[in-house]
Amino acid sequence: MANIINDETIEYVGILAKLELSEEEKEQAKKDMGRMLDYIDKLGELNTDGVEPMSHVFPVQNVFREDIVSNSDIREELLSNAPEQKDGMFVVPKTFE
Amino acid sequence: MSLLEMTAVELAAAIKEGKTTAVEAAKEALAQIEAKEDLYHCYVTIDKEGALAQAEAVQAKIEAGELTGTLAGVPVAIKDNLCTEGLLTTCSSKILSNFIPTYSAEAVLNLQKAGAVILGKTNMDEFAMGSTTETSAFGATCNPWNPGHVPGGSSGGSAAAVAAGECFYALGSDTGGSIRQPASFCGVVGMKPTYGTVSRYGLIAYGSSLDQIGPLAKDVTDCAAILEAIASHDEKDSTSIKRQDTDFTAALVDDVKGMKIGVPNDYFGEGLDPEVKDAVLQAVKVLEEKGAVVERFDLSLVDYAIPTYYTIAAAEASSNLERFDGIKYGYRTKEYSGLHNLYKKSRSEGFGEEVKRRIMLGSFVLSSGYYDAYYLKALKVKALIKKAFDEAFANYDLILGPVAPTTAPKLGASLADPIKMYLGDIYTIAVNLAGLPGISLPCGKDKNGLPIGLQMIGDCFQEKKLLQAAYTYEKARGTFSMAGKEAI
Amino acid sequence: MAKEYETVIGLEVHVELATKTKIFCGCSTEFGGAPNTHTCPVCTGMPGSLPVLNKKVLEYAIAVGLATDCEITRYGKFDRKNYFYPDNPQNYQISQLYLPICRNGSVEIESNDAETGKKKIGIHEIHMEEDAGKLVHDEWDDCSLVDYNRSGVPLIEIVSEPDMRSAEEVIAYLEKLRLIIQYLGASDCKLQEGSMRADVNLSVREAGAKEFGTRTEMKNLNSFKAIARAIEGERERQIDLLEEGKEVIQETRRWDDAKGESYAMRSKEDAQDYRYFPDPDLVPIVVSDELLAQIRAKQPEFRSEKMLRYKEEYQIPDYDIDIITGSKRMADLFEETVAICKEPKKVSNWLMGETLRLMKEKEVDAEKLCFSPANLAKLIALVDSKAINGSVAKEVFEIMFEKDIDPEKYVEDKGLKTVNDEGALRKTVEDVIAQNPQSVEDYRGGKEKALGFLVGQTMKAMQGKADPGMVNKLLKELL
Repeated sequence: MANIINDETIEYVGILAKLELSEEEKEQAKKDMGRMLDYIDKLGELNTDGVEPMSHVFPVQNVFREDIVSNSDIREELLSNAPEQKDGMFVVPKTFE
Repeated sequence: MSLLEMTAVELAAAIKEGKTTAVEAAKEALAQIEAKEDLYHCYVTIDKEGALAQAEAVQAKIEAGELTGTLAGVPVAIKDNLCTEGLLTTCSSKILSNFIPTYSAEAVLNLQKAGAVILGKTNMDEFAMGSTTETSAFGATCNPWNPGHVPGGSSGGSAAAVAAGECFYALGSDTGGSIRQPASFCGVVGMKPTYGTVSRYGLIAYGSSLDQIGPLAKDVTDCAAILEAIASHDEKDSTSIKRQDTDFTAALVDDVKGMKIGVPNDYFGEGLDPEVKDAVLQAVKVLEEKGAVVERFDLSLVDYAIPTYYTIAAAEASSNLERFDGIKYGYRTKEYSGLHNLYKKSRSEGFGEEVKRRIMLGSFVLSSGYYDAYYLKALKVKALIKKAFDEAFANYDLILGPVAPTTAPKLGASLADPIKMYLGDIYTIAVNLAGLPGISLPCGKDKNGLPIGLQMIGDCFQEKKLLQAAYTYEKARGTFSMAGKEAI
Repeated sequence: MAKEYETVIGLEVHVELATKTKIFCGCSTEFGGAPNTHTCPVCTGMPGSLPVLNKKVLEYAIAVGLATDCEITRYGKFDRKNYFYPDNPQNYQISQLYLPICRNGSVEIESNDAETGKKKIGIHEIHMEEDAGKLVHDEWDDCSLVDYNRSGVPLIEIVSEPDMRSAEEVIAYLEKLRLIIQYLGASDCKLQEGSMRADVNLSVREAGAKEFGTRTEMKNLNSFKAIARAIEGERERQIDLLEEGKEVIQETRRWDDAKGESYAMRSKEDAQDYRYFPDPDLVPIVVSDELLAQIRAKQPEFRSEKMLRYKEEYQIPDYDIDIITGSKRMADLFEETVAICKEPKKVSNWLMGETLRLMKEKEVDAEKLCFSPANLAKLIALVDSKAINGSVAKEVFEIMFEKDIDPEKYVEDKGLKTVNDEGALRKTVEDVIAQNPQSVEDYRGGKEKALGFLVGQTMKAMQGKADPGMVNKLLKELL
């Protein structure tokens, strides 16, 4: 396996992705990610010098909205799925700036 | 003929003629669901009361002459990643196990305008990540042709429900083959339209640049009628495309004379099951006999489509799924200390294994120091793949090949080795990368009686050519019986 | 001997644009609604929702770019900046990293440059992005509450080059930016209310050094004063570290203006790896020649052009021009009033005199001046026609300054018109003379001052409504 994913990398990816893995899951994730990256490394075989990266397949461009207010107050609906709410707001653990 | 054997278009005609009613059709479908769900488990949510109420309202409108379309009154199943106002929408994930949207996806609204009656929400691979419907948090769906096998995925619930007569047609979504492959495994017709043809508003995103909603149906005629109903330019979706040629049913013409069909050698190489190969080549012969000009060619880059796809899709998914954090909706862990612990625990408990695997891969390929080597590289290869298709379509009206290397595998046989599972997407995935339309339709069965699918791929916006060729093939092939027919 | 240090400062300025709706949805940007009432699925990150760009945001961003001599990016994109925080409902912010809308601009500020008195501050880029929601801290339940009313309000972020060397230059730069943006009508740029926010990137280096030192980023600066204090505080902190042989750590710090100190905003969970990538939900922006020409044609006359024109067209003193053009609102008031009354000098006098005095006294910002050009013109006409005298005019103006009343109507209603009837006035003057024999005596004895007293007494008897010139004339005549 060319790509060796170490504990530090898995820990770091966990912070980025906000996932907490058990020791067992970590070991599995290290293996899976290493194998996947080995597989993706296949792309390195292709010469892509001078190729423009393509994020959109079609040349669709300049899609705009006019600056006109179109929404009404949907607070009740918005909060209807919230795990916890108070005073018309979503509740989160105490958070400092 | 039993109601359940009718296609959607036939049923709508029968309702229009007063031979039956939308309420009757809904009742029949619900009865079939009741009879078969224990066996197949196609649905996450069945909305019995809602369906009957809708059916009554729709029937009244049909009788009043307000609803005259080709799908009016026909019961439909919706994949559970399409938002439905007031109806549980879970993406087959624990993290959305209690999410009730306050809005409906544009495609769903379009169907409702056409007089659809929504029966419920179909099971899928969690967040559409999977090819077997086994990654669902609510249990796997079984293949109605043989419940020991998977229905394919990720729109496995939709495909199985159509095959089992648990609905008359269904909506699915296709990011790397998620409509075409389960259609193939379940012996139904599935179509992924050109990217931007159906609005993605209200489709819970997996890979935004690849996702596209499409129909799963009993035949090509239904497929065209459904696509005609759901295609629309939507100002709420910046990637939605304005098209004038959405009268897809006009393409249902039994004629392929002079049509140029390219058959890529790369789609018939190593790994393709001989029975699948024979069935697809037999279908090629049928079209040739009907007057199509068939040519073998080298498409190239086929082996690079899967790594390109998994890089792009995982990257987009890692970002798209960040919003599931236990704060605004969905699952929140019971005990936590502080904000980041709340995030981590809710997400780790709420997402399944495959979803976590892809989120982690996606976060990694976008992370500092790896973006160019992985993500940007994949976008460049995507450009090359698109170019390869452009060159092919300079010579051919459509490309024809298998949908998947094999017929439906046994339940439990795929998940152990993710990469092997990913390889099953080899013929479908490039279509999404290039934004092309593709259709899957049954072309035979293997020795175990499991359906084999034929895939036709068109150039961008060439759905009509696809539908015409598919329709012509279907006519020549003759009726392909339904899985649940014996049961009906 | 103590080393000499140079401070190097670059600014990241966020400006809330004055659009009616948010950047990617049709929700109102209005301030002050009840929590979460200006929201929809898009700006609260509901599953399946999609963004669509508000065209006005692009137009404002380009207008600011043109006004700051930027190159406008003809093919631009939006990128996602991924980080988890509850005020950010999608847990990614839609911003621009790879292809920002404007690049390589500059503005000129006044400085103590010996030769020119000017200095160019480079603008690295301007990009468009969405604002975050608001976190409210709930002491009662010891939790935080999230309000998404501000989530998705359009911002531009103006990133300067590290070209500033002092707090004075920073403030001059901010004032310059603010004026340009206010002239464009793209934002009201209020620091206190958060519609303009500045983050300060600061490093120090030994005088004469070629390389930059390690910089820190300072956030939470809500006034020019706080910015100046934070710069001084951070400069000292970094110099102290260096003097002690320690290193400055590259980090984000939060300024606590009450305490006059900053602290690091760091956490293990804060990886600062934003995994930017092009947002697949938004399509590229192609700025055509036509769009650019349209925006260019709509650009207002900026301050330097205005100053030249005022000098030529209105012939008012340079000092007045400087003050009046220093605020878009004041310049508009001036021009519109002059257009009605054709009296530039008189209009200028009202602005330079009473207006500035009342602004200072009542702590009113120039942008908030509420009296209308029409009413100021009427007031000037009332004085010109001698319908009211100067002191009555000032009294009326003070009320106009508070709420834009019609001075004609007010003077009529309150009976403040000057009495021009010589008969009535003569009668009063005669009474005053009769009642103040001592003063009359003094005046006649050569004490000019006594006349002033008698004028005052007459005005008092007339309740201020007399024309002082006429009173003077009559007194002299009768004495």
